[in-house]
Amino acid sequence: MSRIIVITSGKGGVGKTTITANLGVSLAQLGRKVALVDADFGLRNLDLLLGLENRVVYTAAEVIAGECPIEKALVKDKRQRGLVLLPAAQNRNKDAFKPEQMKELVSKLAQNYDYVLIDSPAGIEMGFRNAISAATEALIVSTPEIASVRDADRVVGLLEAEKIQKIRLIVNRLRPEMVQLEKMLSVEDILDLLVVPLIGVIPDDERVIVSTNRGEPLVLDERRPSLPAIAFKNLSRRLEGEEEVPFLDLLAAHDNLLTRIRRLFQS
Amino acid sequence: MINELLDKLFQRNVPLTSKEEAKQRLKLVIAHDRVQLNPGTLELMRKEILEVVSHYVEIDSKEMEFSLENDDRMSVLIANLPIRRIKKTLTTTTAIEETKKDRS
Repeated sequence: MSRIIVITSGKGGVGKTTITANLGVSLAQLGRKVALVDADFGLRNLDLLLGLENRVVYTAAEVIAGECPIEKALVKDKRQRGLVLLPAAQNRNKDAFKPEQMKELVSKLAQNYDYVLIDSPAGIEMGFRNAISAATEALIVSTPEIASVRDADRVVGLLEAEKIQKIRLIVNRLRPEMVQLEKMLSVEDILDLLVVPLIGVIPDDERVIVSTNRGEPLVLDERRPSLPAIAFKNLSRRLEGEEEVPFLDLLAAHDNLLTRIRRLFQS
Repeated sequence: MINELLDKLFQRNVPLTSKEEAKQRLKLVIAHDRVQLNPGTLELMRKEILEVVSHYVEIDSKEMEFSLENDDRMSVLIANLPIRRIKKTLTTTTAIEETKKDRS
């Protein structure tokens, strides 16, 4: 049985696409066959983050219109075996499609792939409706910012109403040093508010931006492992069912004598 | 100067940290989002509940609280209505009749 998972957030710019790209690569690294679906019709970006933009010929739009078979539209990632991308159409808008068409598309992919990851557009309108229509699981992305958390809560409500059973939370762009100074919501604070099980915490890191500049997802770089890359890999192992994968101690990287003493007194 | 130092040392008069403030604000706004009640409806509900309760008892209107909160993704309406005294003159049945009269 293949798993169909939507990555969504409500608010834009919180890292859905980056997470989809890295999760796709790391699941493929674990030996899974993974299809990534860019559901952001009209504003596609997943191809860019994967560095596959020059190889896009056909898109989901042509497949839906019956102009080309789905196999022809899929872009294979040459760096990572088992990973393919179904690009979104760039010239049509989000309202041009219906949930039924998305369901048909995804069910075709589900026949040949272990995972179908759907990168949802921001917002809660038609594009979002289409993206979640075929999914049976959802990963909610939230940053530790007030607007993002609020929107995430709205989306959780909508997903629950759509009877999506497995909803889990990814906290993205955490800055441990700010959390320590109580200048940023902590993971625990966000869990308190949203009451959704946690599946991953990704620290904020400049290298994420550098990797998107190059179109090479961070997890591809096996020679220079970065903290976010390790977090992505742990996340995909948890997704695979390894519940006991521990969460990274993100504070360790910022620890010095002073903060340790301070923590000693606080506890 | 010394006062400030003492404040810091004993954590007196410290304003909420910005993350605490964010959390408090989020709690409130999320509670309202979840029930999808607009402030007008909430106010109307508050008035009506108060009206009914004041038929039976005298409420301390300064001390009362009326708020929406969340508990495990379940929204809860919390009304804290301190009672000053029970109204003696009314028995239960007459109170109900009076309410009905008011409504009609």
